[in-house]
Amino acid sequence: MSNVKITKVAKAGTLESNDILIMVKPNEFGKTELELESIVMQQFGEVIEQVILHKVQEMGIEGISIKAQDKGALDYTIAARVETAISRAI
Amino acid sequence: MKTILGREIPDYIEGYGHVRPFQGAFSDVGVKTRTAVKLTSVIPNDQKVLSSLEDALDKLNITDGMTISFHHHLRNGDYVLNKVMERLAARGVKDLTVAASSIFPIHAPLVEHIESGVVTGLVANYISGPVAEAVSRGKLKKPAIMQTHGGRARAIESGELHIDVAFLAAPTADNYGNINGVYGDAACGSLGYAVADAEYADKTIAITDHLVPYPAYPIEISQVFIDYIVQIDSIGDPKGIVSGTTRITKDPVALIIAKRATEVIKASGLVREGMSFQTGAGGTSLAVAAELKKIMQHEGVAGSFASGGITGYLVEMLEEGLFRSLFDVQCFDLKAIESYRDNPAHQFMSASMYGNPHTKGAVVNNLDIMILGATEIDTDFNVNVTTGSNGVIMGGSGGHSDTAAGSKLAIVVTNLMKARLPIIKDKVITVTTPGDSIDVVVTERGIAVNPQRGDLLEKLKMTNLPLMTIGELKLLAEKITGVPKGVETSEKIVAVVEYRDGSVIDVVRKVSSVS
Repeated sequence: MSNVKITKVAKAGTLESNDILIMVKPNEFGKTELELESIVMQQFGEVIEQVILHKVQEMGIEGISIKAQDKGALDYTIAARVETAISRAI
Repeated sequence: MKTILGREIPDYIEGYGHVRPFQGAFSDVGVKTRTAVKLTSVIPNDQKVLSSLEDALDKLNITDGMTISFHHHLRNGDYVLNKVMERLAARGVKDLTVAASSIFPIHAPLVEHIESGVVTGLVANYISGPVAEAVSRGKLKKPAIMQTHGGRARAIESGELHIDVAFLAAPTADNYGNINGVYGDAACGSLGYAVADAEYADKTIAITDHLVPYPAYPIEISQVFIDYIVQIDSIGDPKGIVSGTTRITKDPVALIIAKRATEVIKASGLVREGMSFQTGAGGTSLAVAAELKKIMQHEGVAGSFASGGITGYLVEMLEEGLFRSLFDVQCFDLKAIESYRDNPAHQFMSASMYGNPHTKGAVVNNLDIMILGATEIDTDFNVNVTTGSNGVIMGGSGGHSDTAAGSKLAIVVTNLMKARLPIIKDKVITVTTPGDSIDVVVTERGIAVNPQRGDLLEKLKMTNLPLMTIGELKLLAEKITGVPKGVETSEKIVAVVEYRDGSVIDVVRKVSSVS
């Protein structure tokens, strides 16, 4: 998979504890932009960012704006929510 | 200078003074002295009831630098602290130390008084909400002093914490200063945390919204300690004072922790005639009471007492004959207030009687089983309930250290992880209660016994309980959550954590990321 385009706005996840809400939309400049909020930003902010960006790369996505609101989700939850949001948006 | 737990603490802290480092739970005992109290005698025909709070503040003559105190029985419904502080700020008084047994979100206006220099010192056993955040941000001029419930009573009685004026929120008072907490719109039950303030402050004023003909009954705090009485419209919001009912949690993780904790209690051999027990009002803690009740019923065992903050659940256990008596320092719900008012077996307990280490024996010394919570525990079993995992103040000892030190079996019940944060650390950010006082940690995935309790470990090995070392438990959690990045702190000390004997067990430093 490469150069898959995000065509619409989509989301996955919830704001429940231990979950993450991911919203994705097309990025008009063709960039990958991530806006992350997390209740464990200090302790896990960098890890969460890596997990999200890795999933975007793995799916061959270009031109995506992501808004992530994390409530302490574990890595596999984060990856699954990102994957679902993206597949709903392409 | 280091505490016995290896915490590095300065010899001298600006705004606090010389530091006596923590040297062990029972290192400071023996002959102690209570301070003498200054009082103004009252003769026949003197009037104690004043016309207004303004009138009272004129008479009390509160000047810059004084220490004024409040109790927290009205919890998050308390109007008294805010009303008094508003008037004092309007009078231009500066540099006050507020010694409130606890501070809640409703006390948010205190932040303004901290910023304007009206308040430069805080002494409390528990601080949550905006005031806790302000302290963590370094807004308070002097470091806040965080005490325990028993430690506060000790500090007041010894004279270490001198109170110039005590403001006593009184749900019911008569015109000569007899007070109780069981009648009136703001009824809160036991007034256990207000006793030392009333007995030892230079001046004591009761603030009530329910003035009754003399004499009030029952009398929880007597007229001999009260200088003045003022009536105001309302001292508190009942909705913030007590909850209507206490419910047992339905959270399956909390329930499994409670079940395991109860199996630990059973295996310890402490479920026996005359047993004593204390637990908090939190979800998991109450669930332990529910599980323990089943075992006590099944084995036909009647306990001697349950103690602490009392909930309706413990009242039910009393009424069913599972305990002979309750020792009540504060009531958490309406059922507890009614029982405390009507049932002589449901007894009053002051903070000093509850947990003061420098008395001729506190109730905590007679406790068999204590159920405790934790924000963090480290591999030496030290517990933090003072700061969150981000280093920001969100609570405090309350009775944590007092009961852990006194009880035969101190059990920490906690989820192994909370919102991705593993609870077990190499080092807790802040030590509230020393690991020596903690016997066992019970989580949903495993149980760790303090290696100092070899006897307990042997007993638990005869069960099917999932025993691990605390190190194994820590790794188990980190395998799931990942290893959290540590919190960076600055050098500035924002709070001093005193152990119950008044030694300094730790300090809270300003968190760098909090500007």
